[in-house]
Amino acid sequence: MEFGLSQEQVMLQASVERFLAYQGGLARTRKFIGEGETRAHDVLEGLAGLGVMGLIIPEAFGGVGLSFLDAAVVSEALGRFVTPAPYVGTAVLAPLALMRAGSEAQKTEWLPKLAAGDLVAGVAISEVTGARSDAGVRLKDGKLFGTALFVIDFEADIFIVADGDGGLHLVAADAPGLTRTSLKTIDGTRPTGELTFDGVSTEVLAASNPAVLRDLIDVGRVMFAADILGAAQDMLDQAVAYSKERKQFERAIATFQAVKHMCAEMVAALEPCRAMVWYAAYALDALPAEASVTACHAKAHLSEVGTFVARRSTEVHGGMGFTDLVGLHYWFKRIGFDRQILGGPQTVREDAARLQGFTR
Amino acid sequence: MDLSYSPEHEAFRRETVAFIEANKHLAPRPGGPSPLAWQALLIEKGYAARTIPKAYGGYGAEPDILKSRIIAEEFAKAQISPGMGGQGISMLVPTLLEMGTEEQKTQFIGPTLRGEMLWCQGYSEPNAGSDLASLATKGELVGDEWVINGQKIWTSTAHLAHWMFCLVRTEPEAAKHEGISFLLFSMDTPGIEIRPLVDMTGAANFNEVFFTDVRVPKDQIVGKRGQGWQVANSILRHERGSLADPNTMLSRVNALADMMATETLDGRPVMDNPIYRDRLMQIQGRVLAMRCNDLRLLSSAVNKQNPGVAAMVVKLQGTELRHELEALAIDVLGELGLLYGDTPRLRGHGSWQRDYMYFLGLIIGGGTSQIQKNIIAERGLGMPRESKLASA
Repeated sequence: MEFGLSQEQVMLQASVERFLAYQGGLARTRKFIGEGETRAHDVLEGLAGLGVMGLIIPEAFGGVGLSFLDAAVVSEALGRFVTPAPYVGTAVLAPLALMRAGSEAQKTEWLPKLAAGDLVAGVAISEVTGARSDAGVRLKDGKLFGTALFVIDFEADIFIVADGDGGLHLVAADAPGLTRTSLKTIDGTRPTGELTFDGVSTEVLAASNPAVLRDLIDVGRVMFAADILGAAQDMLDQAVAYSKERKQFERAIATFQAVKHMCAEMVAALEPCRAMVWYAAYALDALPAEASVTACHAKAHLSEVGTFVARRSTEVHGGMGFTDLVGLHYWFKRIGFDRQILGGPQTVREDAARLQGFTR
Repeated sequence: MDLSYSPEHEAFRRETVAFIEANKHLAPRPGGPSPLAWQALLIEKGYAARTIPKAYGGYGAEPDILKSRIIAEEFAKAQISPGMGGQGISMLVPTLLEMGTEEQKTQFIGPTLRGEMLWCQGYSEPNAGSDLASLATKGELVGDEWVINGQKIWTSTAHLAHWMFCLVRTEPEAAKHEGISFLLFSMDTPGIEIRPLVDMTGAANFNEVFFTDVRVPKDQIVGKRGQGWQVANSILRHERGSLADPNTMLSRVNALADMMATETLDGRPVMDNPIYRDRLMQIQGRVLAMRCNDLRLLSSAVNKQNPGVAAMVVKLQGTELRHELEALAIDVLGELGLLYGDTPRLRGHGSWQRDYMYFLGLIIGGGTSQIQKNIIAERGLGMPRESKLASA
C-alpha cells in the first residue's frame, strides 16, 4: 500500500518544471500570445527532449511507456507554468486513440513522430461530451461531413476526429474538403478552433468503438483536472507570497485574519484535490470499474475548486490581481478553459450520475 | 502508487473476517450480550487495545497502521461494534502511555481498556473556549492535596463518567501556557456538581461541572506541574483527525442516494429531479476528494512521512462537508425532513436532522472552523501571527 507519487514521478515533475522555468515561464507565455505564435517550437522541442511527448507511448514506438499518473504529473506542471504547448491532445489523447484503435501500420507511422515532437495532433471529440449549436460530425459513404468545435491542440498537422457513432478517424490538416477556422478563447495558451468537413476522406482507426471513445474522454478529463491542480496551486502560492510582502496599515496583509482565512480556505479546498487527481489518474490504469466515475468527479470537483481559488487569489492581490502587470489572469483564464472543455461541471456530474444508474 | 495490500495483510483481513463471522452473535446490541464481555473478547484476540502492552492490559502487538485500518473496515462492513470508545480509551490511554508514571499506567490503563472505568475530559470553561489556555479553574497545593475550585463546560458524558482528566491552573504567576497542570480525579470526590446542558438536538450529552474545594491527592498529576498544556495538546491533535471520517461519509452518501431513489415527489423518485441529483453528485465528489486525502494520510503514517497541510485541513473540510451532506438529505425530504423525535412518517430514525445539527456542533467544537483557518494559515502556509494585542 503506497498512496502517492513515486521517487521517479517526483523527479519527472521536477525536471519538467525546471525546463519550463528555464524557458521563461510567464514571459514565454506572454511572448506566445503577444506575438500571435501558433506553435512554440522551442517548448515543444524541449518537452520532447525530456520524453514528455512520448510519455505514454510504448518504447517499441519511440516513447517511454509510462502510466497515466505520470502523464497527469506532467499536466500539472504545464498548468502551473501556464505553458503554451500542445499536450493533452498531442501527447496523451491522440497517442491513446492510436494505441487503442489504430492498426499496426498506423501506430508505426504516427506514434514515433508524435513521441519525437515532430508532429502536433489535434483531437476533435468535444461533441461527444456535449454538442453546441449545429456541431456534429457524421460518416456518410466513407466520408466525413459536419462540424467539430473546440478541437484540442488545434494548430496541428493531423487530427483525430470522432464521428457520431463512436468511430474515430485520422485526418490530415491539409485534407481536401477540410476547413479550419481558429476560435479565439480567453485562454491564449492553448489554441482551439473549428473543423468543417465537406466530404473528407478519412483514415479510419479500425478498432475504434464507443468504449475507446469513453477512455479518451475519461483520460482527457483527468488531464485537464491535473492542469487545474497545477494552475490553482500556483495561484495560491502567488497569493500567499504576495500577502507576506504587501504592507498596509504598517503591517503585512498576511497578518489580517480576513486575508488568512481566504488563503486557508483555498488550501483547505485544494490540498485534497491533489490526492483526488492522483487517485483518478491511477484508476485509469489500475481500477477500471471506478475509472469513469472518478474521472468525472475529478474534472468537476477540480473545476469548482479551481474557479474558487482563481477568484480568491485574484482578490488577495487586490487591484494588482486585476492587472496585466502581475499576469495572474493567465492562470485565471487557463482554469476557465479547463473548466469548460470536455464538459463543464454540471455536464460531467450528470455523466457521473448516469454511470451510477441514477438517471433513467 | 499501489493500493494493493501485501499477502500478510490480505491474510490478516481473512482472519479478521473469519473472527467476525464466528463471533458476531456475541456482539452487544439492545437487550443482547453486554459490551464488557465483547470488549474482553476483542482485547484477548487483538481486535481492541491492539498495540497497548500486555502488562497494562492490552494485546501487545507491534503497531501496524494497515492492520488497524483493516480491523476498522471489516467491523464497519459487518456493522458490529469494534469495541468500546470514549475519551478514556481514545485520549487518556495514549497520554498515559506517553507521559504517565508506572503507577498511573498500572492503575488506570487496564480498567479503562476493559470499560470498567469511564472518563470525561475537563478542558473548556465558560471563558476559555477558542482561547483554551486562558482557563481559570484553580488548583492550589495544600499539604498533600490539590484543592480545586472553578467550573468546566461542554463536558461530554460527565454524568456517566467515573473519572475526569482535567486542566487546572496551578501556577498563577507563570505565563498563560506554562501555569496549567493535568490532573486525574474520581467523579465521586466531594465538591463536584454536574448540571446537564441540553443541546439543539434535544440530547444532554454535555454538562457543566462545578468544583468547590475538590480535594485530589498530590500524585494524581500527569507530567510535571505547569506541563499540562503540552500534555493536553498532544492528544487534542489526535481528536481533531477523528471527527470527520470520509468512509462514514461515503456510506452516508450511499444511504442518501438510496433514499433519493425511493422517496417520491409528485409520484416520481426525487432522484429524477436533476437539481437534487446534481447536488448529490457535488457532495459525492467532495467526499471522494476527502477519501483520497484520507488514503494519502494513511500512506504517510505507514511510511512515517509528515503529511503537512493535508492533515490540517481534515477537521475543517470534513465537518463542513458532513453538515452539508445531512442538509441535502433534509432538502430532499422537504417537509418530511422536518419530522423529529417519536412521530409517524419519520425517515431514517430522524438521523438526518440529528446529524445536521450535531455536525454544526462539531464545526464549532474541538477548535472552531475559524480557529482551524488560523492554524492552517499560520502553520500550514507560514503566514505571520497577528500582532499581539496591547494589554489592556
